[in-house]
Amino acid sequence: MLQVALRHGFPGFRLDVGFAAAEAGVTALFGPSGCGKSTILAAVAGLLRPEAGRVSLGGRVLLDTEAGLCLPPEQRRCGMVFQDARLFPHLSVAANLRYGLKRAPPEATGPGLDEVVALLGLEPLLDRRPTRLSGGEKQRVALGRALLCRPRLLLMDEPLAALDAGRKAEVLPFLTRLCDAARLPILYVTHALDEVDALATRLVLLRGGQVLAADSVEALALRTDLPLAARRDAGAVLACTVEAHDAGRGLTRLGFPGGALQVPLRAEAVGTRIRTRLRARDVAVATVQPQGLSTQNILPAEVVALGAAATPHEVFVRLRIGPTELLSRITRDSAERLALRPGLAVWAVLKAVTVDRAQGGIETPG
Amino acid sequence: MLSPEEWQAVQLSLGVAGRSVAVSLLPAIGVAWLLARGRFPGRFLLDACVHLPLVVPPVVTGWCLLLLFGIQGPLGGPLFQWFGIRLVFTTNGAALATAVMSFPLIVRAVRLGLESVDSGLEAAARTLGARPLDSFLTVTLPLMSPGILAGAITAFAAGLGEFGAVITFASNIPGETQTLPLAIYSATQSPGGEGVAARLALVSFALAIGGLLSAEFLARRMNRLLGRA
Repeated sequence: MLQVALRHGFPGFRLDVGFAAAEAGVTALFGPSGCGKSTILAAVAGLLRPEAGRVSLGGRVLLDTEAGLCLPPEQRRCGMVFQDARLFPHLSVAANLRYGLKRAPPEATGPGLDEVVALLGLEPLLDRRPTRLSGGEKQRVALGRALLCRPRLLLMDEPLAALDAGRKAEVLPFLTRLCDAARLPILYVTHALDEVDALATRLVLLRGGQVLAADSVEALALRTDLPLAARRDAGAVLACTVEAHDAGRGLTRLGFPGGALQVPLRAEAVGTRIRTRLRARDVAVATVQPQGLSTQNILPAEVVALGAAATPHEVFVRLRIGPTELLSRITRDSAERLALRPGLAVWAVLKAVTVDRAQGGIETPG
Repeated sequence: MLSPEEWQAVQLSLGVAGRSVAVSLLPAIGVAWLLARGRFPGRFLLDACVHLPLVVPPVVTGWCLLLLFGIQGPLGGPLFQWFGIRLVFTTNGAALATAVMSFPLIVRAVRLGLESVDSGLEAAARTLGARPLDSFLTVTLPLMSPGILAGAITAFAAGLGEFGAVITFASNIPGETQTLPLAIYSATQSPGGEGVAARLALVSFALAIGGLLSAEFLARRMNRLLGRA
């Protein structure tokens, strides 16, 4: 468990945040540029001394300004991945990878060099100098280097932000594998929602140096009062499990608590956990069961509540399928025409299902 | 080509310049680090003091050294009484005067080299478990080494030609403190010395050009070694 409470003043800006991150898994610090995300990471890593604050990791206090305690970065064992990679240019990739490994305390455990090289596909790069690497390759080496210092916590400061879309797509699968394999708390700073969807299990929303909300990605996706909802891709995030493949029809059934989705045939094995996103604009509502639609997923649901959307002509409709909630964004006119009200039984018409990622772990059938 | 006395002046010059660089290199790295990375009151004063020999007449610098390191001086007195070391009018004294004169040159070059090192790399080294000294020795020092090399070569080349401070503090003793420029000066002062002066001047040219070329060659090689090319 990582617990962070920090206060720090800059000219014209105050940071005042507190949050916790789970034992393992990715906690994304998400917000616009200049909201204090990177300052938080620097303070956790020990690269910046905040005016006041307390940081503890698994019962070990790293920073406590009240007690006058501030461990230097080399004693905190926080592996850090910077936006600009910061590889040592005078050392080969192999020597860069070993830099932290050589300095890790002897009792620290973690993956070995060969394991990390295999995980991140670094074998062909080992003898090269960082200047001879592409941006994506640099970032992969930086990930490996941070993991190899045997950290208790991984800090990632917008590791993909400096890469173009192609490089980003090249690094993201490795990053996903690392996050699944690391079994460490990971703080991941980003202002890109697609990275949150692909990697994060928990989300800390920041704005103007303050925490706006902190919860699981699934729970925050349903909050229409947050700035997340104003984005075009607001919607529910569902943790699904691959239930069955139907090769003949070219479909895979993904189960979620209370129902199931049909999606185009997936490669993942039955039992794999997959995160899907149902964007509010892709969810339509019908009061009678629709007939003759091409849509695969038409599910019985119940209206939970109606809420304001970003424009006055639209509303968000919160729907419940069993214990799972969905969001639908429709025009105010439609809501009035259909007389939608809490408790009403409706049909949710899912025009599109976005699969974000396979979450690695296989759920054993119970 | 050169007479034994002229060879002696050349060798003495090389020795004095070499010793002056050897003595001032480590302090120069320390001072450059303080000036580039240090945050302390009096930093500007230190900066000004380091640069004084560049702007003060060399004869004045030599005179100050005489006051400080003379047998009766506050530093020279104890040195002579306790360790039997005499600097005035000796080869070592010439090296000291040369070191003081070229010190700002080394500091400037080393500081440039240091400022070209991204302090983010040092921060990265710290997060990877390196203590401050470890991070300096394994990251900062190798990356600033082109600056150190440039400083050493420049100071060596400038040291070959140091005149005012050397003649004031160490005098003009053939075989002891008479370096190339002093020998050239003496030759121009004596009748029929034009030939000696011309030959020694040619040697000075050759050494200067050799120094510049080797500095360029080493800098390129070093940048390649550091993965910058």
